[in-house]
Amino acid sequence: MANALGETFSRAWKSDFMWSFRRTPVAIISFIVALTLILGAVLAPMIAPHNPFDPATLNLMNGFSVPMEPNQFTGETFWLGTDDQGRDVFSTILFGMRVSLFVGFAAVAFAMTLGVTLGLIAGYVGGWIGALIMRIADVQLTFPGILVAMLIFGIAKGFTPIDQRDEMAIWVLIIAIGLSEWVQFARVVRGATMVEKNKEYVQAARLNGRSSAGIMLRHILPNVLGPVLVIATISLALAIIAEATLSFLGVGAPPTQPSLGTLIRIGQGFLFSGEWWIILFPSITLLALALSVNLLGDWLRDVLNPRLR
Amino acid sequence: MLAFAIRRAFQSFIVLLVVGLVAFSMFNFVGDPIDNMLGQERTGADIERLRVQLGLDQPFPVQYYRFLEGAVQGNFGISYRQGRPVSEVISERLPATLELAFVSAVLAVIFGVALGVFTAIRRNGWAANTIMTLSLIGVSLPTFLIGILLIYLFAVELGWLPSFGRGDVVDLGWWRTGLLTQSGLKALILPAITLGLYQMTLIMRLVRSEMLEVLRQDYIRFARARGLRDKSVYFRHALKNTLVPVITVTGMQLGAIIAFAIITETVFQWPGVGLLFINAIRFVDIPVMAAYLMLISVMFVSINLIVDLLYFAIDPRLRLDRRGGEK
Amino acid sequence: MNKQAGREPVLSVANLSVEIPTRQGTLTPVDKLSFDIEQGRILGVVGESGAGKSMTGNAVIGLLDPPAHIAGGEIRLKGRRIDNLAREALRKVRGKEIGMVFQDPLTSLNPLLPIGEQLTETILEHLPVGKTEAQNRAVAALEEVGIPAAAQRINSYPHEFSGGMRQRVVIALALCAEPSLVIADEPTTALDVSVQAQIIALLKRLCRERGTAIMLITHDMGVIAETADEVAVMYAGRLAEIGPVRDVLTAPIHPYTQGLMASTPLAAKGKKRLSQIPGAMPRLTDLPDGCAFNPRCPIAKDKCRRPPAPNLDSGGGNAACWYASGARS
Repeated sequence: MANALGETFSRAWKSDFMWSFRRTPVAIISFIVALTLILGAVLAPMIAPHNPFDPATLNLMNGFSVPMEPNQFTGETFWLGTDDQGRDVFSTILFGMRVSLFVGFAAVAFAMTLGVTLGLIAGYVGGWIGALIMRIADVQLTFPGILVAMLIFGIAKGFTPIDQRDEMAIWVLIIAIGLSEWVQFARVVRGATMVEKNKEYVQAARLNGRSSAGIMLRHILPNVLGPVLVIATISLALAIIAEATLSFLGVGAPPTQPSLGTLIRIGQGFLFSGEWWIILFPSITLLALALSVNLLGDWLRDVLNPRLR
Repeated sequence: MLAFAIRRAFQSFIVLLVVGLVAFSMFNFVGDPIDNMLGQERTGADIERLRVQLGLDQPFPVQYYRFLEGAVQGNFGISYRQGRPVSEVISERLPATLELAFVSAVLAVIFGVALGVFTAIRRNGWAANTIMTLSLIGVSLPTFLIGILLIYLFAVELGWLPSFGRGDVVDLGWWRTGLLTQSGLKALILPAITLGLYQMTLIMRLVRSEMLEVLRQDYIRFARARGLRDKSVYFRHALKNTLVPVITVTGMQLGAIIAFAIITETVFQWPGVGLLFINAIRFVDIPVMAAYLMLISVMFVSINLIVDLLYFAIDPRLRLDRRGGEK
Repeated sequence: MNKQAGREPVLSVANLSVEIPTRQGTLTPVDKLSFDIEQGRILGVVGESGAGKSMTGNAVIGLLDPPAHIAGGEIRLKGRRIDNLAREALRKVRGKEIGMVFQDPLTSLNPLLPIGEQLTETILEHLPVGKTEAQNRAVAALEEVGIPAAAQRINSYPHEFSGGMRQRVVIALALCAEPSLVIADEPTTALDVSVQAQIIALLKRLCRERGTAIMLITHDMGVIAETADEVAVMYAGRLAEIGPVRDVLTAPIHPYTQGLMASTPLAAKGKKRLSQIPGAMPRLTDLPDGCAFNPRCPIAKDKCRRPPAPNLDSGGGNAACWYASGARS
């Protein structure tokens, strides 16, 4: 068992995919950065020195601590300083990343499920349903994703009862960003499906009396996984930026669950008063996150599907 | 060509009808318009009267038609938050956004095309490589961070430029411009760069890849084999052939600039329609949201239409046979 | 080759090598090539695709795509060395001294510029004439290549012409600055069979009239037989055989040329079936030691499998083969 596992691993290591990975320093560094950040977010409750949302651990006296210097009142030292409430910036970043990454992954998962399903239907079934799906995609593509996300956010907010708006905000964000990004998935899957559909093995499966859904899942879906993975990675970077942007604009994550964008929004208020760390560190984290995922996506695209735009 | 233009205009019209339907549905189904308009104290008679007055008793298509009728005349009702007609609120803020978008677009196109050509010609030079690396970071950098960075550098640290607002403005009839005063121009610099940078990067990367593609073509080899000067090969022969895709994307980017202005306007507290829209979302001010959606759709659709027609000016093959150029 | 005493060749290539550095090592797509072309003469360059024909043409006109570069030898045009010219000086040679005709007329003309503009820009670049004169010459050039109603069609775009007509325009462009050498790289391959003969005849006539030398690159033995005065056969970047066209076609001495002739309908007239050379031309990445043709050669011996590779001198001046049969004098 262990042997078989080791063999699988060594085969994977020697595959073209891993060969390219080991040969691309940018991919390795991006992967390490992204992985570190994701782990930091997942393990935040364990590794964060403070829980920024537990008022009991906050001491207003610790407010505006300078990074790496003992606080003038309490003598406590904070690596990345504290904000006006005395919240440890390092901890708020870890918890902020949780929100950012959760929204990002969930939005991409939603967009992927929706896009792949609609793309399979549009490509395999075709007809007026397929045409309708693709027309909607075309119209939506006319508008920038961030605008679509804002609009959906606004509408969804209108449907949410006023007293639940803060609690629902995260889910509304996920839906808004997810709905703004399904089109790329649908287009690629549809294109690939139309090609695969006419290949002999699919025709054979059809003659064998397999159901359409079965054929799509068993035969067509595996063939489009490569491009879908590429788009998912690039979409993740886009979703993280979209979430940060919306939260920065004040139409995203609520103050009770601040994401990186919310933290930057808060930090902007201290730009002129000299507390640079409150905005700098969340910004760098966001940048590192977006850039590393983006570069990984670029590399994946080159390896898996050089023809994909 | 005329048939093509008419068909495109018709398609644009359909898109606008669909967007109108979305906007109309927002009006009618997001929250209850009656709730929104009448306060807590209301009677059954009030509601009934308002229903008739708003035409809510009419069948759906009739309501939709009335909505469109109003929209065409610029009538989008009253802003829930400001209590003023939406058309008034938007039209006094539109010039600010259009000026910002225009200046950004001009910057993006000029620098995008110039840098794109440069990086394509000097493909392996250090300057071109540096620009390409920077552009990759530029694409990953969210617009609002660029804005904050610029504010920090030029407003906080150096104190050269204002960090918010539009500076002094001059009234030209109903158009209030910031382009005619020194403080207005100074206030425009940072937002315009912030807004234009991303689009510039995209245009640059596109021009570069199209240029590289075109430079591989036989007619470029032939132009070189005829001993033409580099300047003529690059600008007369190559650049012109990259223009069709570049114009498509640039056109879409111009639309995007108006949308991305929302972010820039928020960062710089620029008093345009984008800032208005963000506040409308925050306070669920549906009429403003719907009007903004219609406004921006009209702009997008017009830009796309103009882009389509520009193809004919550039590519003679299209004038003869439309399909020839669509490959 | 048969040099007439006292006449300097228009193009003289000596020991030309082109190299491409790659990760697998340096490739040599053109290896120590030598040939001359005299005024008004046509040299046919034949070989399979990948034999280095086009690369040779590009090297002569200075249009090698980096990282390919001239690694050795000399190229002289009317006695003047042109392989080591600076960029700008070389540009002035192109079009003015050497014209080039590419394979595909559909892609060699800029689709967005009227043909008249493409002609006048070339004329203005190389000849000391004004705009009006350049226009007149453009019309004249089009008339010369047989474009009907040239004065009216000068503002037409390339897509408004048929393939054959476009190749005529390309020829007009190559000749409009009156070069002394034209390199025609597969000028008829992309054309309909019915048009091919017309284009070849046109090229031949124009060059005879002006005394222009032609380097005609093709894989079509028929075209060579009809057009060329001399023929150079290339194999794997090296010259296999060179000589007057009649000699090479009727009495080839290199085993490769012999195989080539036996497989060409033209020369194999009367025989029941065409023969073929077994195997394929080796890739540049794995050339055999010694003669590049040895794995396919019916008469290969040990000497052929060892370095050095034979050159023209090995086969009596006309064929790069140690065992060339019946060397011509």
